[in-house]
Amino acid sequence: MGNLIARRAAQMLLIMLTVSLLLFAIFDSGQFRRKVAVAELGGFGVATLSDADYQDWLQKKGLNRPFLARYGEWLDAVAHGDLGRSLEKDISVSTLLKESLANTAVLAFFVFLIMIPVALTLGVLAGMNEGSTLDRVISLTAVMTTSIPQIATAVLLTVTLSLGLGWVPTKSAMTDGWSFRELVLPLLTLLLYEVGYLTRMTRAAMSEVMGSDYIRTAFLKGLPYWRVIVRHALRNALIVPVTLIFLELNGLLSQVVVIEVFFQYGGFGRMLFDAANFGDLQVLQAATLVAVCVAVLSQLLSDAAYAALNPRVRFTRAPP
Amino acid sequence: MNVRVAGLLALIWVPLVAYVMFRPSLGGLGSYLLLPAIPAVILLYVTAVRRWRESWVAVLGVTLVCFWLLMAVSAPFLPLPDPNKPIAPYLAPGGIRNGVEFLLGSDMRGRDVLSRDLWGCQRVLVWGVTATAVAYAVGGGFGLIGGYLGGWWDEIVSFAGNVLLSFPVMVLFILVLNLFGQSGFNIIIAVTCSSAPVIMRIVRGLALDAKSRDYILAAQTRGEHPLWIMLVEMLPNVRAPIIVDACLRLGYTTVAITTLTFLGLGLQPPDPDWGLMIKEAATAAMLWKYSYMLIVPALSVSSLILGFNLIADGLREMSLRD
Repeated sequence: MGNLIARRAAQMLLIMLTVSLLLFAIFDSGQFRRKVAVAELGGFGVATLSDADYQDWLQKKGLNRPFLARYGEWLDAVAHGDLGRSLEKDISVSTLLKESLANTAVLAFFVFLIMIPVALTLGVLAGMNEGSTLDRVISLTAVMTTSIPQIATAVLLTVTLSLGLGWVPTKSAMTDGWSFRELVLPLLTLLLYEVGYLTRMTRAAMSEVMGSDYIRTAFLKGLPYWRVIVRHALRNALIVPVTLIFLELNGLLSQVVVIEVFFQYGGFGRMLFDAANFGDLQVLQAATLVAVCVAVLSQLLSDAAYAALNPRVRFTRAPP
Repeated sequence: MNVRVAGLLALIWVPLVAYVMFRPSLGGLGSYLLLPAIPAVILLYVTAVRRWRESWVAVLGVTLVCFWLLMAVSAPFLPLPDPNKPIAPYLAPGGIRNGVEFLLGSDMRGRDVLSRDLWGCQRVLVWGVTATAVAYAVGGGFGLIGGYLGGWWDEIVSFAGNVLLSFPVMVLFILVLNLFGQSGFNIIIAVTCSSAPVIMRIVRGLALDAKSRDYILAAQTRGEHPLWIMLVEMLPNVRAPIIVDACLRLGYTTVAITTLTFLGLGLQPPDPDWGLMIKEAATAAMLWKYSYMLIVPALSVSSLILGFNLIADGLREMSLRD
């Protein structure tokens, strides 16, 4: 098992290195560099930037040196936590990132806190008796909530809960300090989709296990119903959902963009969106790098969880 | 039967794409191009219902999708006000002004919500389906190469796919649209970058499975060209799971396009689009009285995506039954 994880980690490292090279090359391209030059030198736009000024600026910034040397330097700076400065807000990118990631982490914490018990319970209940009324109700609801895109969920929830009933505020900007009431709408929007998705996956895994031979044998031996479910079925049925929970970290990073923009919540997605809209390239680059880091780490965690939970993987050595 | 379906799809698709993507160069002739597409949609619907009548899920799905398809091709012929023409702002649903009836009200600039909603589905459908098709061509091609040729080809293709998959989808979209600029064609690039690796994995797996079958070995023995084997022998035999996945992916792409327009990153105003309608209403009309401006596009996009998902569910159910 250790072997397998080490191999996966090596693969991930290679992917991270490639991504960083790709990102550096993209943001090093003339088109993006000219934008930065205009922002630093002042001026009305890329078109008005004279070539002589641009060349001077490149010389002064030391951007004429070989590509690989600058890439190495940038990698070194990133490894030391120096991600550059935000052009728009004039603070260091790492401060900005820390703040917004903390806000998104709060949101993600509540999502996972509610999603995991609810979705696993619903999925297991539905998968336990495939075709029962309970199963049909749960499955249909899950299909509905996962079919509605989050932008539409956000709209419908705002209209009913906030504009119609007036229970919660429409926006979650948290201008007067932190309040849970403002978190309700973004949280619900995320949860409706996430719970539906995880429920469907858990149901599929559970119903597959319930149809397997060893469960039938356990029932035929005369073991009590709940003992079979809890001790025999759940152990196998929950392997896939648990690995999916880790992968949801990746999904959450892209879902928060639209939700945080809609509800004006100051998290990672909002920061990414603002950076993209204002052409704040240093922030965009750093945010992308962090997002990929989190995504790759979540994949690694998911693989580790799978290896740890599945005895077939746990007890075999990976082929050399 | 399949030739007929393909012909109908082409009859709907070619004029729609020409109409939406190249309308300025078509001049006044544009809308007449869409005329033959209207009976084609109806025929397509009848064919689909006949073939899938055993699964009510698929029939419901195809009803939803064909409804929007019909709206997309017949929008220029419906008795609706111009979707971009301001007439009377903030008119409640059912209101009448200047002899024009606003069945679903008008928005903050006085444009008819119903008209914008029906015209909006045209853009979403055309760009969404085109982007998905391009993603399938790219992802499917590389998947066949990786799965059938194997070796170094497989290593390179899989690694490139893994690199792209390590970006969260929205982050990748924002990066690509920032790099290439914001337009419909760049949305196609962005969707291809995010979807093609997943499609590649699926097709690669199917190709790996089909590679050792007798019919492939027979073709190899006949001395067929690898390209012929991949496209003519392999592809038609692995199509069933690909079609199911394509329906799901059409839904994802529709979500992506709506979300991107909502963020102001995708298709540009003023032409109507569901994401744009939500964006404009969310900034200008956040009141219970005006909530129809938000609800109409939200329900429209949900119903279209539900349609795609139901078709996929129904097809999967039917393929398991056989």
